[in-house]
Amino acid sequence: MESQELISKEIADLQDSRPGLGQPLLDFAPYRSAVLRHPTKDPRPADPEGAELVAPVFGHSDVDPLEADLTIQSGQSGGEPIGERIVVTGRVVDGDGRPVRGQLVEIWQANAAGRYVHQRDQHPAPIDPHFTGLGRCLTDDDGGYRFTTIKPGPYPWRNHRNAWRPAHIHFSLFGTDFTQRLITQMYFPGDPLFALDPIYQSITDEAARARLVASYDHHLSEHEWLLGYRWDIVLTGSHATYVEPEDGDDD
Amino acid sequence: MTDLAADLAPTPGQTIGPFFHYALPYAHDRELVPPGRAGAVRLHGHVYDGAGNGVPDALVEIRHADPSGAVPAVEGSIRREGGAFTGWGRSTTDRTGRYWFSTLEPGPTRAGGAACFAVTVFARGLLNRLFTRVYVPGDDAALAAEPLLAGLPADERTRLVAVREPGGDLWFDVHLQGERETVFLSFPRHRDCT
Repeated sequence: MESQELISKEIADLQDSRPGLGQPLLDFAPYRSAVLRHPTKDPRPADPEGAELVAPVFGHSDVDPLEADLTIQSGQSGGEPIGERIVVTGRVVDGDGRPVRGQLVEIWQANAAGRYVHQRDQHPAPIDPHFTGLGRCLTDDDGGYRFTTIKPGPYPWRNHRNAWRPAHIHFSLFGTDFTQRLITQMYFPGDPLFALDPIYQSITDEAARARLVASYDHHLSEHEWLLGYRWDIVLTGSHATYVEPEDGDDD
Repeated sequence: MTDLAADLAPTPGQTIGPFFHYALPYAHDRELVPPGRAGAVRLHGHVYDGAGNGVPDALVEIRHADPSGAVPAVEGSIRREGGAFTGWGRSTTDRTGRYWFSTLEPGPTRAGGAACFAVTVFARGLLNRLFTRVYVPGDDAALAAEPLLAGLPADERTRLVAVREPGGDLWFDVHLQGERETVFLSFPRHRDCT
């Protein structure tokens, strides 16, 4: 397997040649699985219409409020997951700053030991019988979401020798129109693995990468109970009221 | 929140990764209507990588109008209890890269328009989501007049239209890369942020 040094050199070279990208560079070979899975052509500009202008609708019939607490999922056995209890909360807004209300947020993550409840995860770390690592909620009227969970651990993967993913929580988000669909990963501040990780580093703009990192917020922490992290999400702008700017238009 | 007000740059995407299968799929996720119901059509195909191999860890989502051309804005896509048609579904790919949906065939959302499914594709190894469309075959005049299709070379145009199978189902393959690479789309507000 290739060394971290080689991967880090490739990351540095691509960040030099393609700087300032606010979204991941799909053709980012240091992430080896991307090599055969990225389109080679630029996406074709299209004007959204019909179903693209209307996001799917989810509601209270779809999501139980208890699904936002990942620490109570062991059902009848009643046991508690092991690890650092945290709350992760923030707002989902669109590219014009409007709250995305009543919309579905889905998360999934490894447990405190860095192990997923997934048959393909062969990392020899313990499975926590009291933690599944998946949650759902609906945003409130201010676009707010809130999950109570356990801080995930970093885990090894087989991209290269001694490769480790920084600790993260996967987020799946919808906006008010279909074009705003987003799946991403939230990271924790100060992770020493950031510089080494080709998935995180595929966003070549440093400020854009930083948008994936939550902030520790002591006001969210609760006395003798849990630690608080805040992470706000900005989707792309909605097209529902969008008019393509015309040449010579003052506005 | 002050950060947000000052900086409305979009949050970057990241790959869906390999471990979403215990989180995102749910019962009947790909059955917008139950298979076999009157009017049900199957939209199915494979997701392929640049070597022509099926991608076993992709996720495909569709959003589309009902047969009358109305886009439903009703809840219930996850529980699917009320039987209302929600116009949204989600399908993982199997070990061969195959996805499928059981749904109603969309009608055009405007007079003379071409009916289509809006599609998003996610996969391990794919660093951000991709958008495309699957056009419904049959109405050649509407397809010929469709602005996106009209602007494409013939081979790319053909590949955005599903194939009608003898039993009436619709076949559409997604090629992430390669000679038959699918035409993926960007929308105006996506270009605020690249």
